[in-house]
Order: sequence, then C-alpha cells, then structure tokens
Amino acid sequence: LAAQLSLSLAECPGTGSAQAGRAAACQGCPNQGLCAAGAAGPDPAEAAELRARLRAVRHTVLVLSGKGGVGKSTFSALLAHGLAADETKQVALLDIDICGPSIPKIMGLEGEQVHQSGSGWSPVYVEENLGVMSVGFLLSSPDDAVIWRGPKKNGLIKQFLRDVDWGEVDYLIVDTPPGTSDEHLSIVQYLSATRIDGAVIVTTPQEVSLQDVRKEINFCRKVKLPIIGVVENMSGFVCPKCKNESQIFPPTTGGAEKMCQNLSVSLLGKVPLDPQIGKSCDSGQSFLAEAPESPATLSYRNIIQRIQEYCEQHHLQEEKIM
Amino acid sequence: SLAERASLAGVRHIVLVLSGKGGVGKSTVSTELALALRHAGKRVGILDVDLCGPSIPRMLRVQDSAVHQCDSGWVPVFVGQDKAIALMSIGFLLERPDDAVVWRGPKKNALIKQFVTDVAWGELDFLIVDTPPGTSDEHISTVEALRPHQLLGAVLVTTPQ
Repeated sequence: LAAQLSLSLAECPGTGSAQAGRAAACQGCPNQGLCAAGAAGPDPAEAAELRARLRAVRHTVLVLSGKGGVGKSTFSALLAHGLAADETKQVALLDIDICGPSIPKIMGLEGEQVHQSGSGWSPVYVEENLGVMSVGFLLSSPDDAVIWRGPKKNGLIKQFLRDVDWGEVDYLIVDTPPGTSDEHLSIVQYLSATRIDGAVIVTTPQEVSLQDVRKEINFCRKVKLPIIGVVENMSGFVCPKCKNESQIFPPTTGGAEKMCQNLSVSLLGKVPLDPQIGKSCDSGQSFLAEAPESPATLSYRNIIQRIQEYCEQHHLQEEKIM
Repeated sequence: SLAERASLAGVRHIVLVLSGKGGVGKSTVSTELALALRHAGKRVGILDVDLCGPSIPRMLRVQDSAVHQCDSGWVPVFVGQDKAIALMSIGFLLERPDDAVVWRGPKKNALIKQFVTDVAWGELDFLIVDTPPGTSDEHISTVEALRPHQLLGAVLVTTPQ
C-alpha cells in the first residue's frame, strides 16, 4: 500500500515524452505498457503535419487558470474581440474545453455548425477577421454532454489543430478548461510544432482560487511555457448607483498582487465585477462594445494592449536572434 | 469484489455534488452540507475527487494535515469542530501545496479507485463526494467505483447565468 501511495504522488512525465513509460513515476500506472511501447509517443509524421498547418500562425496565446469559473472564456472572447478590432489582423479563437465549451455562446455563435471544405474544417466566422472553433459546434444539441475520457479529448484537440483550415493567423487564442490535465498537456505538446508566445493566467482575488492558480503557474514552469502574466477578475464591485466599492471576493491573502510578487510573475491587471459582463456573455455580445464606458472595459483594454505589446516584443527578439 | 464492498460497507448514503461548470460553489456546498449534517448529529465523510484543484482541505482548515495508514487502509483526516468528519483529498498527499498534479486520465482514474476502495471510511450516515467541473475521467471513474454501493443521488450546483 505504501508503494502505491508514493506511486500516486510522482508526476506523469507525459505520454509523448521520451520518458513515457520509463520514469520512476510510471511504475504501476495503468498506462505504463502503452507508453513504454512507444505507442503514445509523438508520431514524426503527425508532428510534421501539425507544423505545416500552424506555420501561418504568428502569435499563440493560451488562456489558463487552475480554477474554474474565474473568467477564462470571458477573457479569451474579449481578447479575441479586442485584437480583431484592428481589421488588418486575422484572429483565431480555439476553444479546447471539451466538456464545457462556453465560447460559442459568448461569441453569439450558438447553433452554428462546422463545414468541411477541400482544405479542411472551416472555422465559424464572427467577423471577417475573427474565426472560432469549438466542440460546441459539433454537438447536435447544446445540452448534449460530452462524456469522454482523456485520450478521446486529446484526439479531438489534435484534430482541431490539424484539420481546421485557419489560414493566415496573426493571433491564435486558445481557451482551456480548468485544471492541469489531458487538455493542457496535449495542447502544449501539439503546439510545440509552433511557437507559443505564452500563457495568460486568470484568477479571482480569493485564496481558494489562488491556491489552484499557483499550481497552474507551476505547471507552466514545468512544461516551460512562458507566462505573459496574471489577470485578476472580479476584483471589487463599484455600485453604479452610489459608487461605493465593495470586495465581493475579498483578497484574504493579498489577492493576485501578492501572489504575483511572491512568484515573480507579471500582474497584467485587475478587472472589477460588472453585472453587464455576465449579461453580455449570455447574449453573445462583446462587453467591450456594449459597455465602452465601464471601468471593467478600461481594465480589459489595458490588459489586451499589454498582451499585444508582449507578443510584438517577443517577435522582435526572435527575429533579432534569427 | 468483496474487498471493494467492504470499505464502503459502513456508509449508508452517498451523495455526489456535481455541476458541469467550474467556480459555481460545488466545494463550498459540499463543505457546508457536511457541516450541517454533522451539526444535525449525523456521521459524515467527504471524498474530494478534484485531483487538479482540491479545495476542501483549505475550506476546513486542514491543508497542512497528512494521511496515515492502518490495517484496513488509509485513514482519513478528521475535521470539523469535533474532529468527527472524515475527509480524504489529494491535497493531503502533496509534498508542497503548490505542486501541480499534472496527470492524464488513467492515473487520475487509478487514484480515484484507491480513494474508494483503500480508505477506511468506517461507519458513516453520509459520504459527500465533491467533484471537479466537467463530465470526464474523474466523473466516469467515480460513478464506476461507487456503482456497487448505495448511491443516493446527485446534487447539482449552478449560478443564475
């Protein structure tokens, strides 16, 4: 029993890694045989296929959290809208939350279906320069549950990257489910075919969220994923009537600010609660367009600009090296 | 198997707390439900199968506790004012609280099975099972592992939007 206890604790090296099935942590794992036989390893032909498909993607940003319900999808959607406001930029929004795909609703695309062409699956376009892909578009009814284990989810994520004809893309935004599991390992593995600029990590001020977010930061470090910075959502509420500010989710341990200081990551910004945000998400409209004067809009726009600057700078540095 | 039945044999009712959505208050409801049942004099246990984001230990202020073994398996951590609520969570097995549990499905499934079959739950009126968001490995494995037992049902948590 003690041996089994310690087995549970060590990390999976990743089914695609060179250590798959061979690491100490693999002893006793039900998948060990498969991994050790190399069956789950990266297929060079597949890797080449992914590289070809993603060659025309200039910047990739992952939106992560460890915690659910903090506003990842909301943020991903607004980031996509914000970047697509520049009509010269082509933006792609990929939703890899297979069990709870929120992006179709938030982008006002519920009921849309994916079409196939000779060059692959077509993304669903919100604007000419903003294309979206989500498992939500593949369901016959929005209430259909996708009850899949990890390997099947990984397969779909790979298809999203390999079979979708994104075309030339300036920004690929990837919205993820909460956690540090199959979807996250897979997307990092599959996107190694292209360059990921970095991850934006979303949280709320309370310790119960930060607890999970610290794990996510450690995940990023483990898989060598650069962290662009942290966004603190639901950071205070200003009453539209009396203008009084309340802390609905009090930062009992210093909020994202303290966590960022402690872990040496950048705090991209704090976004206050605005009931209009939830409403806009439910109605599939861009909150930035519906409430341009809201303090939350101002915060979001500042954060989006900082992300843009990070990506551009990143690009310049790479070009210098090359 | 007889062994599997035995470890939950003393549990009268098993309640799953589910959502599809994250951040709606599953762990909060699980905790408050357990505390309220305990207050009403029931024998209560909580099984936290959120392996990536275990919130229950912190909510019950036992994030620094460790799990021990006895002849019948792992001994749960006893929490609450009278230390009478039995709690099992991956949170107790981490070397450091910020360690990310970066596991794929098969490994998560194996641990969930162990949480059901290898924990000495003893005699309980209610076992509350807190779950992560989604409808994936943890949920399938938990329901499968609990199938031989009396599953009372599921409480679903949501927010208005």
